Amino acid sequence: MDLAIALALQVIYGIANLVLVSLGLAIIFGMMRVINLAHGEFIMLGGYTVVVSTNHGVNLWFAMFILAPVVVGLIGVIVERVLIRFLYGRMVDTLLATWGLSLLFIGLITTIFGAQTATTISAPLGPVPIGDYTTSGYELFLIFIAIVLSVLVYIGLKFTKLGLVARGTMQAADMASALGVSTSKVYAITFGLGAAVSGFAGALLAPITGVLPTIGATYIAKAFITVISGGAAILAGTTSASVLLGGINGIVSFGIGPTMGEVALLVVAIILLRLMPRGITGRFFRKSS
Amino acid sequence: MKLDRRRFLQTTSATAAVLAAPGIIGRAIAADTIKMVGILDQSGGLDIYGKPMVDATVLAVEEINAAGGLLGKQIDLKMYDPQSTIQFYTQYATQAAAGDKADVVHAGITSASREAIRPTFDRFKTLYFYNTLYEGGVCDRNTFCTGSTPAQTVEKLVPYAMKKWGKKVYIVAADYNYGQITADWVEKYVRDNGGESVATEFFPLDVTNFGPTIKKIQAAKPDLVMSALVGGAHVSFYRQYAASGMNSSIPIASTTFGVGNEHILISAEEGNGMIAAYSYFEEIDTPANKAFVARFKAKYGADAPYLNELAARSYEAVYLWAEGVKKAGTVERMAVIEALETPVSYDGPSGKLEIEPKTHHAVQNVYLAELQNQKFNILETYAQQQPADTLLVCDLKANPNQAKFYFENGLEAAGIK
Repeated sequence: MDLAIALALQVIYGIANLVLVSLGLAIIFGMMRVINLAHGEFIMLGGYTVVVSTNHGVNLWFAMFILAPVVVGLIGVIVERVLIRFLYGRMVDTLLATWGLSLLFIGLITTIFGAQTATTISAPLGPVPIGDYTTSGYELFLIFIAIVLSVLVYIGLKFTKLGLVARGTMQAADMASALGVSTSKVYAITFGLGAAVSGFAGALLAPITGVLPTIGATYIAKAFITVISGGAAILAGTTSASVLLGGINGIVSFGIGPTMGEVALLVVAIILLRLMPRGITGRFFRKSS
Repeated sequence: MKLDRRRFLQTTSATAAVLAAPGIIGRAIAADTIKMVGILDQSGGLDIYGKPMVDATVLAVEEINAAGGLLGKQIDLKMYDPQSTIQFYTQYATQAAAGDKADVVHAGITSASREAIRPTFDRFKTLYFYNTLYEGGVCDRNTFCTGSTPAQTVEKLVPYAMKKWGKKVYIVAADYNYGQITADWVEKYVRDNGGESVATEFFPLDVTNFGPTIKKIQAAKPDLVMSALVGGAHVSFYRQYAASGMNSSIPIASTTFGVGNEHILISAEEGNGMIAAYSYFEEIDTPANKAFVARFKAKYGADAPYLNELAARSYEAVYLWAEGVKKAGTVERMAVIEALETPVSYDGPSGKLEIEPKTHHAVQNVYLAELQNQKFNILETYAQQQPADTLLVCDLKANPNQAKFYFENGLEAAGIK
């Protein structure tokens, strides 16, 4: 019984982990149709913000919740202004440009901080006992944060003026523009928001993963698979795909082994996209956002 | 590392100078130099291993040149960066052998890169040094493998850890040839010492969520965990293990932890108490090593990367090769190989390092150390360890015309498979 609870929490954490690493990409890709290959590097930059600032004595929570999203969000806005905005509607060019951007970020961070940066932080909140088992309190906290973050994004898009304007701009930019909306500002803010969410995810993962300049590569594939499997609706898509892929990955990893866990995740994604080429929300929950 | 303008300019100009120097020096004294090429990753995912190796190689060559060179000639070192991509390895290997006509090449980090370029050097008859610790099994008269192998390190680590902590061992390893073969060796030594390996799990290199495995370890209740995990993503294992409070109940010993400087990527309280065994640690307390560390830090700055076996061995291997050249009195390939086989030895930062002539591997000291506060405390020293694994399958004295990589690396001969 203890094992069942511990394992269930572990699977839920796997799902939350996927939601966290995918959400920023989902905002940028789902809203703006920009394929951001530098997404992994936004996550890495979030992690670096936390490691570097805590090394300089900044409080861990402040670094994770305020500093990382703000820093990476600002980087996102700058990137949108100097690079992305010239490439809207040019899918292949954006692909190349953001790939170049990811190499640039890796190179810059390596040049500034070296190939690795020593860290002083470890996961806060300590272990939580579940009968004979223990689970990490911080992982439970991340599950909670993933839920809160998803709800916030939902409320932000659905019920705020900014969300309405953003969605309107993405649907019909010229119409929004005619109604007096500064579309270029909306694009910049949306991209910055996506970057901030990615940076926040990187910051949250910093105490329990390795933070290296090249670490982005380990997140990008899974984030893309999740977002593409999810389909057009940002939130419903990302969460449903995370539940499906993360759940299968966790269960198979436990039952057979981590290698088969990764294989199972990919096989499910392939079958899913074969049956539903436009992702889960291309078929179900079509009205959701 | 703190960033200020001066440091930034220093490092960038130093890098530029390193990159430009061989070309300039090469042209100035073109006729009478010894040509050495290094192919090591300075960018991409393997740069955490490659950069310190490059720095150490450059330092050794500069020292030899400053002391008057080899056979009265300066060594002209050219460095290529294969960017953690196998395709560039083969390209630069061909360039080094056929284009630069190198007298010696020091190259390769992963076994995959070594196996991609080793045939090229055989074909062009270019002397080749591979200076990374690896799973053992290369048997090639043209190739010298100076790093430690499982029979040298794992053979010491497993009994030590089992004596200290108990006989039930849970093995976690990276899912490619190094991890697979090393896990086999760990299982063998666990068995030989009267223990039991309760499970062995392999992880693809990009796995960052180790939760399900940590739960399995909790269910299996082993006495210790042996890790042969590799790379940046796998650092997550140690962190999530500590976050679940496991590091205080089930200790970890590792065959890989530290060579990618993992011990500074996790905090002190997460890593305290882990043990590892290599043929070099920066903390080795000998005058020769202290002087080496001081010279390295003087050249690359006080916050230069931690020196691990890969870096120290890259440095020592240059000297080892130089000893061979001195003994041969020429850089001609066969003469140097025969001189190295006599065998030559070199007293370096890690202690005495001697070529084992049957396998072209190295007889070397092995150190066992415990991690405390992001530093390794050396607990045990095992002098002059033979590459016993490769010796089981390789005898270049009896059969010199070999150029093989025994994948099974003596696993069969050792009765493992």
